[in-house]
Amino acid sequence: MKPFSFSQAPLTADVYRAALADPAAGGYAAFEGWVRNHNEGHAVTRLEYEAFEALANKEGERIVAEAVARFGVLRAACVHRVGSLAIGDLAVWVGVSSRHRAEAFAACRYIIDEVKHRVPIWKKEHYDNGDSGWVNCERCAHPHEH
Amino acid sequence: MTTPALFGLVLAGGASTRMRTDKALLDYHGQPQVRWAFELAAKFCAATFVSVRPDQREDSSRAGLPQIVDRQPGIGPIAGISAALQEHPKAAWLVLACDLPFLTEGTLQHLIAHRDPHKVATAYRSAHDGLPEPLCAIWEPSAREGVLAYVAGGKRCPRTFLINSDATLLDLPERAALDNVNTREEFESAIAALGPLPNPPAQRGGGSKTVRVQYYAILREQAGRNDETLDTSAATPAELYAELRKRHPFQLAPEQLKVALNSEFGDWQTPLKHGDTVVFIPPVAGG
Repeated sequence: MKPFSFSQAPLTADVYRAALADPAAGGYAAFEGWVRNHNEGHAVTRLEYEAFEALANKEGERIVAEAVARFGVLRAACVHRVGSLAIGDLAVWVGVSSRHRAEAFAACRYIIDEVKHRVPIWKKEHYDNGDSGWVNCERCAHPHEH
Repeated sequence: MTTPALFGLVLAGGASTRMRTDKALLDYHGQPQVRWAFELAAKFCAATFVSVRPDQREDSSRAGLPQIVDRQPGIGPIAGISAALQEHPKAAWLVLACDLPFLTEGTLQHLIAHRDPHKVATAYRSAHDGLPEPLCAIWEPSAREGVLAYVAGGKRCPRTFLINSDATLLDLPERAALDNVNTREEFESAIAALGPLPNPPAQRGGGSKTVRVQYYAILREQAGRNDETLDTSAATPAELYAELRKRHPFQLAPEQLKVALNSEFGDWQTPLKHGDTVVFIPPVAGG
């Protein structure tokens, strides 16, 4: 599978997981980011993700390559949803297979942290009172936490 | 497997029925479009040809260029692709329509960089409907048999062929790069949009240049559009953003933004060049 990609369709973690299988792997770690029903005290009803895909794909690929080089894992990949998402939907998936568990956890953590900070993806939240806002651009001026 | 050499094929055999004039001869960039497309392809290809119908061989704008003549004229662009795949069966073909005035070197570079020679073709997804764009695509030698069978079966649509083939599809780095021109009205608006693009800025004086700005997320909403092309005297992205803030209700300060030039992270003080595509990146929130 591609190291980094976007999907308009719901993410299929099982399919991605299978693509990371490797006979030398002793384990696999994954992170799934889900859409939750609240943020910063506001009840969230749904989300929209938008990406500058031409640059986001390049930066995402760089992040995954960095993780592989840095932690010496066997395979790693990340898929991010774009479009309109409901509460509970899978927004982002990161998976890593490696010889031992420690580097799988570390690489997985590295990829999701870097993706959140570096890849041009934007999230618009819709609230139960009818308002909406672009996260980090409007209501909350402080940077998103890890 | 060694990667097959890349040859160029500029499709100039169309009937141009809707334009009612030969699209290959339209002038967007200071020369007939067929010649402009040929030179663009030749920058990337080991050999480049113009695809023509038998009756166009002596046509003045096409006669001076290496040609591949349709073997089944009258069935549209697939005739040119099929003829090329048969003429040089070991080559892969960068196929380009000649009604793509917004096509850029960057768009071709991106296509070639992401080419997968193990697939039948590498193509862009249309920015309009997400379907493959067959006429700015790389067709591999492995496409030959399938194309011949497809044509033999009476089918003609190269797009449908790619939809049903194992092709690699890419997102366009520049959304408008493959907007094509079929009518007089579209030609006029293309000329207006391209504006002074043919002239390099050095010859124009005053530092004026044409740039394209793409908007995302909150900036897209505040600008009320996905992109715009504008003439500007701004020397840097910093100056350009200051100029745009006078036209659009942008509330984000430059310190909150990053900047991208031609689909790569850039610097606020990088000198802007004529023809650059600029994106101002609001605070991101993936995950």
